[in-house]
Amino acid sequence: MDPTPALLIRDLVKSYASPSGRKLEVLHIPAFELRAGQQVALRGESGLGKTTLMHIIAGILEADSGSVAVGGTVLTGLSEARRDRFRAERLGYIFQTFNLLQGLTALENVELGLTFGRGSDPRAAMEALERVGLSHRAHYLPRQLSTGQQQRVAVARALANRPCLILADEPTGNLDLARGRAVIALLRDSAAALGSALLVASHDTDVLGGFEDRFDLAALNRVPAHEEEL
Amino acid sequence: MLFLLIRRGLRQHLVSTAVAVLLVALGLGLVISVWVVRAEAEQSFTRSASGFDAVLGARGSKLQLVLNGLFHQEVSPGNLTAEDFKEVQSLPFVDRALPIVVGDNFRGVRLIGTNADFFQHLEYAPGLAYQVEPGGRPFRLDQKEAVVGSLAFHQLGWSIGTTFHPFHGLDYNPNAQHSEIFKVVGVLAPTNTPADRVIWVPMEGVQTLGGHDPSTFTEMSAVLIKFKPGAQAAGFMLDQRYNRQGKRLTLAWPVAAILADLFSKFDWFQQALQALAYMVAVVAGASVFSSVYSSMSARKRDLAILRALGAHRGFLITAVLGESLSIGVLGCALGFGLYAGIASLVQEILRTRIGVLFDPWAWNPILVWGPVLMLALSLAAGAIPAWRAYRLSVADGLAPLS
Repeated sequence: MDPTPALLIRDLVKSYASPSGRKLEVLHIPAFELRAGQQVALRGESGLGKTTLMHIIAGILEADSGSVAVGGTVLTGLSEARRDRFRAERLGYIFQTFNLLQGLTALENVELGLTFGRGSDPRAAMEALERVGLSHRAHYLPRQLSTGQQQRVAVARALANRPCLILADEPTGNLDLARGRAVIALLRDSAAALGSALLVASHDTDVLGGFEDRFDLAALNRVPAHEEEL
Repeated sequence: MLFLLIRRGLRQHLVSTAVAVLLVALGLGLVISVWVVRAEAEQSFTRSASGFDAVLGARGSKLQLVLNGLFHQEVSPGNLTAEDFKEVQSLPFVDRALPIVVGDNFRGVRLIGTNADFFQHLEYAPGLAYQVEPGGRPFRLDQKEAVVGSLAFHQLGWSIGTTFHPFHGLDYNPNAQHSEIFKVVGVLAPTNTPADRVIWVPMEGVQTLGGHDPSTFTEMSAVLIKFKPGAQAAGFMLDQRYNRQGKRLTLAWPVAAILADLFSKFDWFQQALQALAYMVAVVAGASVFSSVYSSMSARKRDLAILRALGAHRGFLITAVLGESLSIGVLGCALGFGLYAGIASLVQEILRTRIGVLFDPWAWNPILVWGPVLMLALSLAAGAIPAWRAYRLSVADGLAPLS
C-alpha cells in the first residue's frame, strides 16, 4: 500500500463575503485524511459546504488558509494554471448534475476528460466507456441517454485519466434509488479496480450506508452550521 | 478537441451562426465588388482603347468621340471630310490614321466602315495585330464584304459565306432595311476589345448605301489616330491645332484621361456604394458579436465544465475566438463566392454590351485586405465574449440548475 495519503487536509479555512460585506467563514477543517485507495463517504445536509470543500480539494476554489495535498502534491499555493493541470491529470470529478457537454457524444465527453490530462486518446475513452458498460452508446448524445446512463458516462469521464483521487459530489442526487445504487456500486468497483481513492459527498443515507468509512461534515467542520446558513 | 468544440459550438447555434456567416459574406462580397469593379472596369476601358492614342471627329464632346470611335457606343457628333482625313494622315508624327464610318446596323449590331489598314500593321495591344481567323480573309475594298467581330459572329450565329441586308441607322428598325447585300468573308480573331462586337465592312460599302445622302459619300464619322513612338508632343500639337485654334473639329486626347473623367462622374455613386459596403461590414461584425456572445452565454455551463475538467483559461479564450474567427473564415469564403458571382455578371455585361474584357481576379490590394479586415472584425467581435469566458467563475458556472 502506498504510504502517501491520497488526500491530506490541514487547518483548512474558507470564507465568503456576505452581501453586507462581512467576512463569513463557511469551512474550518483542522484535519482530514484519505489513504490511497480508501473509499470514504462524507455526510452533510445541503448548504453545509460539501461542494465548497470538494471544489477546494479539486483546486477549483482557493482556500483562505491551510493546506490541501492530493497524492503528495500540495495544491494550496499552486498557481491556478498548475492547479488546472493537476486536476486534469490526477483528479476525477463527478457532479450531481452529470455536467456532460450536450453538443458532444458520450465518447467525446469521455475523451474531453483525457484531453486536458494525459492527452486525447479515443481508444482509452472507449475503454472507459466499456468499463461502465456503455460502449454501445458511445456515439449517443447525452439527451439520447437516460439519467443513469448519463451519470455512468460522467463516471467513465472521471475514471479515464486513472486518477489517484475521485471526488463525487451528490452523484445520486438526480437519480432514482435503483439507479443511484447502481452508480455507487459502479463507482466503488471502478475506483477499487484502478486503485483510486474515492470521496463521496452526499446527504443520502442510502448512499452513505454502504460505506465502511463515513464522516459527518458537521463534525469535521468547526464552523457551526447555523453560522454558515446566515 | 478544440476544433471539435468550435464546430459543435457553431452547430448548436446554427441559425445565428448562419446569419453571421451570411452577413460577413455579404460585407466582404460588397466591399471587394465595389473596389475591384470600379478599378478594374476603368482599367479595362483604358486597355480597350484598341491601341489608339486619340480620336479626331466633328466638333463636339471628346467623350462622345471616344465612346463612338473606340467603344462603338453613342452616336457620332458629325462627319469629317476626306480632306481632313488626308491632312491628319500626312502629319509626320502620325503613325496610323484609321477612318471609321458608322450609321448602319444589322439587328442592332453596328456596321463599321474602314479601310484596308485595319488588317495591316495595326495593333490593338502591343504585339497583337488584328487578324482574320483561319478559313476567312479580309474584305475587299471594292466589294460588299464583311469581317465580323468574334462576339458578334457568335451572337448572330453566322458562318463564312452568310449574306445579309444591313439596316439604316444605329438602332435596329426592321422597316429601314437597305437593299444591298453583304457577304461574310471572315471572322476577326478575338481581341477582347469593342472590335469584337461589331461588323467590319469596307468604308465605301457603307458610305454609298442606298438612301444615304450622296453629298456625304466621301465623309467619315471619325479618325482613330496612333502617334509614332516617341512623339511625345504630338498630342499637344494636335490639341492646339484642332481644339484651340480650329473650330470645326475636335481631338479627343489623351484617351485615358477622358475615360478617367468619365469614371470620375460616377465617384458619388462609388462613394455611396463604399459607405453601404462599410455599413454592411459593421453590421456583419455586430452579428458575429451577437452570435458568439449569445452562444457563449448559453454555454456558460459548458465552459465551466471545461474549466472543471482542467481546461485553462487560455483554452476558453481560444475556443471563443476560434468560433468568431471560424464565422469570419466561412463568411470570407462565401464572400469570395458572392464576389465571383457579381464579377461574372459584370464581366458578361461588359463583354457583351461594350466588348470590354473585365478580369475579376486581376491584382487589387482589396483582395487581400478585404478578407483581412473582415477576419480582424470577426476576431474583434469575439473579444468581449472571450473576455467573459476568461473571467468565468467555475463555481458559479457549475451551480446546480434550478
